[in-house]
Amino acid sequence: MTTPFLSVRDLTVAFGTEDGVVHAVDGLSFDVEKGTTLGIVGESGSGKSVTNLAILGLHDPAYTKIGGEITLDGRELTRASPREMERLRGNKVAMIFQDPLTSLSPYHTVGRQIGETFRKHTGASRREARDRAIEMLRRVGIPHAASRVDDHPHQFSGGMRQRVMIAMALVCDPDLLIADEPTTALDVTVQAQILDLLKELQDQSGTAIIMVTHDLGVVARTAHEVLVMYAGRAIERGAVREVLGTPRHPYTWGLLSSMPKLRSPVDVPLVPVRGTPPSLINVPPGCPFHPRCDYTELAGPGLCRGERPELAPHRGHGDACYLTPAQKRTIFTEQIKDKL
Amino acid sequence: MTDDNLLELSGLTKHFPVTGGLIFKRQVAKVHAVDGIDLTVRAGESVGLVGESGCGKSTTGRLAARLLEPTSGAIRYRGRDVAHASRRELKPIRSEIQMIFQDPYSSLNPRQTVGSIIRGPMEINDIRPPGGRDARVRELLEIVGLNPEHYNRFPHEFSGGQRQRIGVARALALEPRLIVADEPVSALDVSIQAQVVNLLQGLQRDLGIAFLFIAHDLAVVRHFSQRVAVMYLGKIVEIADRESLYERPRHPYTHALLSAVPDTDPDGAARERIRLAGDVPSPIDPPSGCRFRTRCWKARDTCATEEPPLRRLEGNAEGHLTACHFPEAPATAGDQEVVLDPALG
Ligand SMILES: Nc1ncnc2c1ncn2[C@@H]1O[C@H](COP(=O)(O)OP(=O)(O)OP(=O)(O)O)[C@@H](O)[C@H]1O
Ligand SMILES: Nc1ncnc2c1ncn2[C@@H]1O[C@H](COP(=O)(O)OP(=O)(O)OP(=O)(O)O)[C@@H](O)[C@H]1O
Ligand code: SF4
Ligand SMILES: [Mg+2]
Ligand SMILES: [Mg+2]
Repeated sequence: MTTPFLSVRDLTVAFGTEDGVVHAVDGLSFDVEKGTTLGIVGESGSGKSVTNLAILGLHDPAYTKIGGEITLDGRELTRASPREMERLRGNKVAMIFQDPLTSLSPYHTVGRQIGETFRKHTGASRREARDRAIEMLRRVGIPHAASRVDDHPHQFSGGMRQRVMIAMALVCDPDLLIADEPTTALDVTVQAQILDLLKELQDQSGTAIIMVTHDLGVVARTAHEVLVMYAGRAIERGAVREVLGTPRHPYTWGLLSSMPKLRSPVDVPLVPVRGTPPSLINVPPGCPFHPRCDYTELAGPGLCRGERPELAPHRGHGDACYLTPAQKRTIFTEQIKDKL
Repeated sequence: MTDDNLLELSGLTKHFPVTGGLIFKRQVAKVHAVDGIDLTVRAGESVGLVGESGCGKSTTGRLAARLLEPTSGAIRYRGRDVAHASRRELKPIRSEIQMIFQDPYSSLNPRQTVGSIIRGPMEINDIRPPGGRDARVRELLEIVGLNPEHYNRFPHEFSGGQRQRIGVARALALEPRLIVADEPVSALDVSIQAQVVNLLQGLQRDLGIAFLFIAHDLAVVRHFSQRVAVMYLGKIVEIADRESLYERPRHPYTHALLSAVPDTDPDGAARERIRLAGDVPSPIDPPSGCRFRTRCWKARDTCATEEPPLRRLEGNAEGHLTACHFPEAPATAGDQEVVLDPALG
């Protein structure tokens, strides 16, 4: 068996805080192959961004304890030196974050910020870097790229800043692109454009993409595989069509049915997953979802509150829940299917 | 105007100067961020505002909350034009109009605890809720689905979604009459989004708070807003009751928007594709006539010379206005898929 391009094994990320240790990621494993997109979805606070920052080596070691293994193209990253990680970022691995404002410097023109990344990793001249910046701005659909290259970030709308971020991330043709909510700030038409752009990049250069998003439509449109996270772990994983089409985990059911649809009745309130997100300092024992789950009685309360259910280690569609496959099928067809 | 118009924007325009020159900054051009829009929000109503990135939604929202002064036009709040009101004149309405921002990162002071962020508006406006401010803050934290034990934490210790809920709690602290919500749920996961939408809906229903609700997610807007306005490059191109807008849209751009909504069904039937050609034109130098014409598949010569007025077209329901010379048939959009191709056009 060949090793996957990116492999994350038993990743743990814990933060020391005044209130105690926050177990933000707790035993997470997944793979991403070249030329494929892994969609990561899950509750706010479930550890999606923390996972990505760990891959990028961007956690402050003074407050963070990282365990497990992250292997990229055969190299172990959790033990790489800060300098090595610095060389990797922006070049081999690039990222697009949720918050364009804090990731772009307000003091420099967008052209300079895009160009600097390019120069740093390729040794191109100032002139070449500027040309490259214009080309990148054009590729992400900024009108009048040649004149806007000298503008500062605050002169762009939220959506345009996000496109600038994307231009910056793609400037070195990365092998792995981590996109954390890349289109949250964009309207649907520009979103469609950006997603097409990422797809095109992937087809041309075989880029592996991790796409974190709350928008299940975006996942359906771009991802090959999906990982559903809850309380720092994957609770369901599989091909996009299986996870979105025939989800198996009660949390995934909740997630999918809470989403408003373009044609759903408007006078019926939306149905959020009941209860509150789990504490990550005192993670509930057993299945971390059990305090909010409607099926613990059926699955066996002893089981759900006892040991943490494991996500089957094999590839393919898997989930971490004590309900039997037959129970999951019945519940899905009888109670969930119509709500999706 | 009628008494139940809480907010009335008319002929509202905001141009931002673009400056050039090395030593003496002089204005060389202007960004037509908002370019003559009319929009009313009735008491207790939620009006949705959608449209392309950069079309002026946030600027409209900030004008409505009078955080920006318009270049021209009127902003009537409860009948009084506050377009150029002074800081002192604005003071009484500051607590009545609250804003929830798009960016949960930069809108929270990183050096303040969550508790003091939410207390802030109560202190500034000298509001003393029965039971005390602390208790109210804890109650608000609970309302927005945060744990009251988060009171003493700092914003960086929260995830994006959690921070957005802090912003909602802060806006609610003053029990406003109008909330301008700029992408309030974009950063939230769908379950918390559902919670926040239900929460805002409850506020609208039970407290009669009106909303100007800006969002990219058309399904969320449809769920939350009784009326919806579609903006394109500084103008409103279509406005209607929710049902009319979603079921019988007329403007080609509205069709394009509705068609671009990604479907969650991975096996979804292949939809007809609308080709929306070209780039978003620059708001510095917007196209003549109809601003959408450079990307519109129905554009003809008239579109370049005459600006289509926003009016009720034949076949439009009451209150459904469309600014287009060659509107689409009033058919359900969303069955076609839009392909955006910057190389075209
Ligand atoms: N520096 C930190 N110190 C303490 N706790 C942190 C820190 N960074 C993140 N956390 C906590 O770790 C958890 C995971 O956060 P993360 O940002 O990964 O969530 P997320 O899944 O990306 O959520 P969202 O969808 O809202 O962006 C959250 O509960 C957050 O409060
Ligand atoms: N302070 C400013 N100076 C100059 N131009 C500005 C300023 N603020 C906004 N603009 C410009 O005005 C236009 C409208 O911006 P606005 O933020 O209102 O758009 P938006 O519809 O909210 O977009 P998004 O969906 O991306 O948030 C954009 O072209 C933007 O670049
Ligand atoms: S393991 Fe138990 S508590 Fe967890 S999701 Fe399954 S049924 Fe619910
Ligand atoms: Mg995140
Ligand atoms: Mg905006």
